[in-house]
Amino acid sequence: MTTSPTTTRRLRGGVGESPLRPDGIPKVVGNFAYASDLHAEGMLWGATLRSPHPKAKITKLDIGPALAFGGVVDVITQEDVPGRPGFGMHVPDQPVFAYGECNYWGEPIAVVAAHDLDTAKLAVKAIDIEYEVLEPLTDMEEADALDSQTRRMKIRRGDQDAFGAVVVEGYYEVGQQDQAPLGTEAGLALPDGAGGVDLYAVSQWVHSDHWQIYPCLDVAPEQVRCHPVGMGGAFGAREDVSMHIHLCMLALRTGRPVKMMYDRAESFVGHVHRHPARMWYRHEADSDGTLVKAEARIILDGGAYESSSNAVIANAAYFAFGPYKCDNTSVDAVAVRTNNPPAGAMRGFGGVQTAYAHEAQMDRLADELGIDRLEVRRINALGHGDNMNTSGQLIEGSLPTAELIDELAKMPLPDPVASTDPRHLPGGTGLTTEPGHVRRGVGYGVTLKNLAFSEAFDDYSDARISISPIGVEVYTAAAEVGQGLVTVIQQLVRDVLKMENVAVIWSDTGVIGSAGSTSASRQTQMTGGAAYFCARELREQILAEYGGDDLSIEGVWLRGELIVTLDEICALQPRQHEIRYRHPETFATDENGQGDPHPAYAVAAHRAVVDVDPELGLVRVVQVDAVHDVGKLLNPVAALGQIEGGTAQGVGLATLEELVLEKGVIKNPNFTDYLLPTFLDAPHVEVKWVEEPERWGPLGAKGIGEPPTISAGPAVAAAIRDAIGRHLYRVPVLPQHIVGL
Amino acid sequence: MIVSFKVNGEGRVANVAGAESLLTVLREEMELPGSKNACEQGECGSCSVILDGALVTSCLVMAADCEGSEVTTIEGIGSEGELHPVQQALLDHGAVQCGFCTPGFVVAAAHLLEQDPHPSRDDIKEALSGNICRCTGYGAILRGLEALAGEGS
Repeated sequence: MTTSPTTTRRLRGGVGESPLRPDGIPKVVGNFAYASDLHAEGMLWGATLRSPHPKAKITKLDIGPALAFGGVVDVITQEDVPGRPGFGMHVPDQPVFAYGECNYWGEPIAVVAAHDLDTAKLAVKAIDIEYEVLEPLTDMEEADALDSQTRRMKIRRGDQDAFGAVVVEGYYEVGQQDQAPLGTEAGLALPDGAGGVDLYAVSQWVHSDHWQIYPCLDVAPEQVRCHPVGMGGAFGAREDVSMHIHLCMLALRTGRPVKMMYDRAESFVGHVHRHPARMWYRHEADSDGTLVKAEARIILDGGAYESSSNAVIANAAYFAFGPYKCDNTSVDAVAVRTNNPPAGAMRGFGGVQTAYAHEAQMDRLADELGIDRLEVRRINALGHGDNMNTSGQLIEGSLPTAELIDELAKMPLPDPVASTDPRHLPGGTGLTTEPGHVRRGVGYGVTLKNLAFSEAFDDYSDARISISPIGVEVYTAAAEVGQGLVTVIQQLVRDVLKMENVAVIWSDTGVIGSAGSTSASRQTQMTGGAAYFCARELREQILAEYGGDDLSIEGVWLRGELIVTLDEICALQPRQHEIRYRHPETFATDENGQGDPHPAYAVAAHRAVVDVDPELGLVRVVQVDAVHDVGKLLNPVAALGQIEGGTAQGVGLATLEELVLEKGVIKNPNFTDYLLPTFLDAPHVEVKWVEEPERWGPLGAKGIGEPPTISAGPAVAAAIRDAIGRHLYRVPVLPQHIVGL
Repeated sequence: MIVSFKVNGEGRVANVAGAESLLTVLREEMELPGSKNACEQGECGSCSVILDGALVTSCLVMAADCEGSEVTTIEGIGSEGELHPVQQALLDHGAVQCGFCTPGFVVAAAHLLEQDPHPSRDDIKEALSGNICRCTGYGAILRGLEALAGEGS
């Protein structure tokens, strides 16, 4: 028998490593099953009739001609919804189908189920429908004036009469970004033959889907089981219900499996988008650059239904001024309701929009005072022990803003432009840019984001761990959308239980409680935390049971003697343990937005270097240097992937991506006209970490999903301003803005 | 219409009604779902296959035009037990997140390295600029392929 734990072999795949992700091999060989790949014997295909008008009365709706179509099995409309007429993440304000009136372009009106997709699509066209077209409300300021809103936020902190030596003011706009996950919405519903249904549809939070679906179906909660499923990205687009209720209704009515899959054009109206924004700002500071007062008026266009607008507008308001100390602040923010397609969650969630404004303001302030643009940020850096500039909340956790700025300042700049290779020039292989015309610019984005759910939301994640002869299994309903949560859970559990054979079992709503949404940068801390602390309790149980004083990869030890091996424990004493993990309680704020709404924050500091052809208005983002506040680095490769990928989405919004709406109609619902960053558009990214542990969560780790998307865009916009020496008020920055048209 | 062509070295027959794309036939008729349907407009490269030696987006190829052709899909590049070097390199460098673009990148990168075993960084970026990845920002993909391109050079 081994006599000393010091001989222990090193654990493989634990915290701090970057082990192979369990879904990696199936994904590289094309075997991984996405929702769009699912198939069931005898399944029907569904296709959706959508409103061609942003606002209209439905004066006639006759599904008869579609039902008469050969191969059509069923057609459903709002009249067929057995239970609650509507759904919604926070309030059920969206009808399952438009009924009597349409409130946005693309709103579902009916779904046809047929033997194949082509037949279903043709039958949709056969539905006899007539409209009385009405004037849509599509301008967010007009909606604000009409008091058409889902939530208004007011923040008043400190002395509203305070004033500084200098004042800078600005107006800013952010266009509408689409998540554009590569996999479109898809799902398969299977009737269970006993009045219930199993749903396998794209989702960031299967329990939220479940809570929205079963009341509409008028069945008992346990009769609907929502299963986590493979999906091609999410970025917020999978937080809301899309086809879910339609699929369940059809499966229950026809008694057959039903599949739906949106094509790309339909996907652009099949999920919510990032809120477009208009923002008016005023900052006042002392002559040394210290902020004295900051004021903002913010409008976000939430579109026709609430979705998560009320949480998005809260984020926009609370994070209106970024990670800077300021005792006197005022925010008036509103999420308006219009006849544009609904807006909701997208990576950064309200923080993205205001970051463009507060960072442009900080640059204006620095320029006004003749102070270095990074220095003005350092002077005002917010940190642990300070009070949040909007809510006044004491920052009890980690917030190393100043450290990040210092680290960013130390990073070397890339070499100046030297190459004449067109691939290194703003115009690329279009061969449009004269090398001599290129101007380089450098810009900064230092931004703040809350981690996990805020404002008194009962935020929790359930995890269950089983130890048995087959190894360790972690049961969770958390959505793996590609970010690598499944690997991080394995690493955390391995570290605690010292067992390498850890499998994460994606579990449906009938098997385990909610893990909360894969959003708000929360899963590493919340479900990682649930798995980690569940494993810790199991470890304590095992040590107590065997009277041991240490656990290693070999087994349980007492005073240097191995008592029992881990294999023996697995074989002879199988066990299960389940916990519900919560973060520190948060609270609703008062009528002035004052209080303790947030459980934790993360800061990010980016520097972008761009080359601009000012005559043609072309931009090449050369490099982004990124310093991130990770609490504790659990998986370097996965964290780097989040930062590089999030940065590319920030670069996309700053330079390329915008849904073009004309009177409520999306004019570019396709990848030809909605431009995404390609390999040639994405910058080189250099990353540094700052590890200052958070006060809660596994090992002090912080979420990393959203911060890079928030910081990268403002840094790029600032770099373009720096290159051309002119203010730009809007993103995406398009060629016509640069040349001044 | 009956169309015969080789897929991953095996003779296959498809019964096409008319305008179906090669992608639709591969996914829905031939049970080869590895090629992905992200835009079906030739913009994203998720459905990339090699058709008679050329890299194509299978969503823009009519299946009816494939009579007598040879098609290599992701399923013909490597398998779970025998990964292609490109597949291994992408795994080793953390280039797989949601993975929806991955089959297309594997096919396009394998094709590139067959044409030019030692492409430069710029060559890799240009050759793969028809494949969109929404998750990684391309950094890990580039590191994986650069490591491969540097081998034996």
